[in-house]
Amino acid sequence: MTYFIDRRPNAKHKSAVNRQRFLERYRKHIKRSVEEAVNRRSITDMERGEKVSIPTKDISEPVFQHGPGGARQIVSPGNKEFLEGDKIRRPSGQGGGDGAGEGGASNKGEGDDEFAFTLSREEFLEFVFDGLELPHLQRKPLKSLEEIKMVRAGLARDGVPSRISITRSMREAYARRIAMRAPIKRALKEAQEALAAEERKDPVLRNPARIVELKAEIERLEKRIEAVPFIDTYDLRYHQLAAQPQPSSQAVMFCVMDVSGSMTQNHKDIAKRFFLLLYLFLEKHYEKVELVFVRHHTAAREVNEEEFFYSRETGGTIVSSALNLVNNIIDKRYPAGQWNLYVAQASDGDNWDDDSNICRDLLVKKLMPQLQYYAYVEITPHEHQSLWHEYETVAEQFSERFAMRQIVDAGDIYPVFRELFKRRLSQEQ
Amino acid sequence: MSVARKPIATGSDWNFDVLERFDEELAKLADEYRLDTYPNQIELITTEQMMDAYASVGMPVGYHHWSFGKQFLAVEQAYKRGQMGLAYELVINSNPCIAYLMEENTLMMQVLVIAHACYGHNSFFKGNYLFRAWTDADSIVDYLVFARKYIAQCEERHGVQAVEQLLDACHALQNYGVDRYKRPSPISAEEEVRRQEEREAYLQTQVNMLWRTIPEPPNGVSPLPGSLHSDDDPLGLHNGGRYPSEPQENLLYFIEKNAPLLAPWQREIVRIVRKLAQYFYPQRQTQVMNEGWACFWHYTLMNRLYDDGKVDEGLMLEFLQSHSAVINQPGFDSPYYSGINPYALGFAIFMDIKRICEAPTDEDREWFPDIAGSPWRDTVEFAMRNFKDESFIQQFLSPKVMRDLKLFLLVDDDQVETLEVAAIHNERGYRRVREALSTQYALSVREPNIQVVEAAIRGDRSLTLNHVQDSRRPLGRSVYPVIRHLQQLWGFPVHLVSMEEGRVTRRYQWPIEEESDAS
Repeated sequence: MTYFIDRRPNAKHKSAVNRQRFLERYRKHIKRSVEEAVNRRSITDMERGEKVSIPTKDISEPVFQHGPGGARQIVSPGNKEFLEGDKIRRPSGQGGGDGAGEGGASNKGEGDDEFAFTLSREEFLEFVFDGLELPHLQRKPLKSLEEIKMVRAGLARDGVPSRISITRSMREAYARRIAMRAPIKRALKEAQEALAAEERKDPVLRNPARIVELKAEIERLEKRIEAVPFIDTYDLRYHQLAAQPQPSSQAVMFCVMDVSGSMTQNHKDIAKRFFLLLYLFLEKHYEKVELVFVRHHTAAREVNEEEFFYSRETGGTIVSSALNLVNNIIDKRYPAGQWNLYVAQASDGDNWDDDSNICRDLLVKKLMPQLQYYAYVEITPHEHQSLWHEYETVAEQFSERFAMRQIVDAGDIYPVFRELFKRRLSQEQ
Repeated sequence: MSVARKPIATGSDWNFDVLERFDEELAKLADEYRLDTYPNQIELITTEQMMDAYASVGMPVGYHHWSFGKQFLAVEQAYKRGQMGLAYELVINSNPCIAYLMEENTLMMQVLVIAHACYGHNSFFKGNYLFRAWTDADSIVDYLVFARKYIAQCEERHGVQAVEQLLDACHALQNYGVDRYKRPSPISAEEEVRRQEEREAYLQTQVNMLWRTIPEPPNGVSPLPGSLHSDDDPLGLHNGGRYPSEPQENLLYFIEKNAPLLAPWQREIVRIVRKLAQYFYPQRQTQVMNEGWACFWHYTLMNRLYDDGKVDEGLMLEFLQSHSAVINQPGFDSPYYSGINPYALGFAIFMDIKRICEAPTDEDREWFPDIAGSPWRDTVEFAMRNFKDESFIQQFLSPKVMRDLKLFLLVDDDQVETLEVAAIHNERGYRRVREALSTQYALSVREPNIQVVEAAIRGDRSLTLNHVQDSRRPLGRSVYPVIRHLQQLWGFPVHLVSMEEGRVTRRYQWPIEEESDAS
């Protein structure tokens, strides 16, 4: 007796719960691996999962076992040259100590000190963004329903030829033809019947005048039927489009970085990771994220990613040049109504002294009203300078949308990033 | 070739019709060979479902636990990297016997798997004495459902973490949750549910009875056993003697019944883990036989299909290739060597039994006087029904198989500088090799022998276990985490004493801090 059952359509992911339990249990380990990975990877490299290793001893499920030591007998296959009584040197690696069994070596297996597995991309990002929230994500879509999208909205009698709906037009024409021909056809049929009746009569009784009259009538009616146009202007139907406002699902992120002489490659690397995290974060929440790289020393320039991170320049520092450029780019290409605007700035805090208050004014008057969020990180172990202090006053005014933090070395990036974007408890309550 | 070849199907694609026709054909042959099987339930599943099944050690329904998730990740990782192929099949000892086939298998694979699992393993489950005595194929699936529900309920009521910790502890001891000699009462889900609450209440009173008469130790000083005043125990119930009166090898059972502090639901979970361990106990003892038997029958049945013209040469060649891969035994010095392949050993022995029956040599007549020349079908049936790996090897491993596999015996004594080859496959060595291989498969040798010897019911409530050491082989380092788990279950200090020939070789305890006060 055999039954065949096709289980393939059954629920997948039967182990999902167990998998989650496992990830939950080793949250700390996994998080550490994820953080290391974030620091190590490059910006293009985030689109994949991550291999995570956990020391086997931390996740072992212990049972009573024999340890190394003592005397044991082992039967093995494949003897080629051994004879009874042969002595073989002990393979190295085993602690041959004859103590009470406190051998230091691991008791079985080699090379499996680590339990390795792969997090899926989703799980990886989940860990990266664990507990983080995009600042003011909701506000924009609700406030600015300004992006217009054309959607089909039924049919209309007039429109441009390129939007003619052929099927609908032909259907209309067909209906019209039937309607217009019907009475004529009916009259034609009557005339034909009358003619036939007349012709069936005895030749003596026929009325030739009547026959001629009927024939003329038939001819006239047939012409009228033919004259009904195959298609007419009233038949035409056009697809109609209606403008529908759409919540904006696009964001642009400005990366602003100081490349003056005081920024070392190390500083830049740190800044890069910070930008990278922000990019990933935005990408997770918006359909489309554009990146604009603005670098500056005394003058600001828009550059591509490669140049942004890796080319070298020297010179003094005027931060306001970059802010001005950002403002211009926004005006030209990214109207605030249609784009969610984010600016992330990294600098070592150096600025030309008189410039800092210009920056503040620029921010307060022009930029901040348009931006979703402004994040400033200062990469320096030293004392803050004027720029930081001016920014502090900005932060006071826009405490919701302006954030600034100090980073000393690479290890700080992730915590700082988390702090900048952590869920606002007060908002949730 | 006088047989007109009319293959049921050719090529490598399969469909349900074809599988059913092959199954009918195999069923006919199985009947002819008098294979006694449970009804088959064959389930077609995807790769992912196979990994699921794998991760839950083949239980069709399992309770949730992180360790199964870990298992799943490990399987998935290994599979993705191509380090391992998935088993083509998984079969569950239940009635009806559930077998999983993967959809990716070729037609040949599916037929092979049906022969191997649905007729080979299935008849083994139904026939072998260990399975007959220790597992209840009729009720296992129901019991698993009960267990899953019960544990889910506990998680709801007491929190996932509390349940998880308890399960961790139980899993650490599950190999010591088996009755080796007593047949357990059959488990039945209905009965479990019906009696479960009743049992909860009853168990608790029993435990209370045991512990109620414990006098509070004055000022925390533990009284010595036997120092009890008779006023406290007028009936002399606890006068002298130790509890338990005899050593207990089923640690989980002992805990379920006696641990002082466990809540009723915790006892029930201990019981569930214990019952499942009991269910898997025969499988751990019959790996060589079980796989050998299944291989023997798939080999026999597939060849019959070919002889009867039901399959074509292409399928047969594919089969032979896959079969020889399964029963391949690399030598000890091969990079692919990972111990003795149970498929190879079991298949070789069963084939050899058949050979001894059909064409015995003088050597066979000398070694196996009672089976040489007997009808092979009855003899292999006898071997399948009445043995476990240990005794099966002892009884049926022939000199020819030892020669074919070139078995040799190595003695590894840490007090001697070198390893010694103690015996090889020759006249002088056969018996020793066979003896040693048989011992190698004895669970009692593979796992340390540990028993509960005393629960200090009149003292500090500590639990003492003995480890009976053999050949100076000490416990592995995992001993501490395990006794920590044991201590969690027991609730009071746990001592473990390694003894060899009546002499204490080593003491372990948890919590460790106590070390200084311990004698």
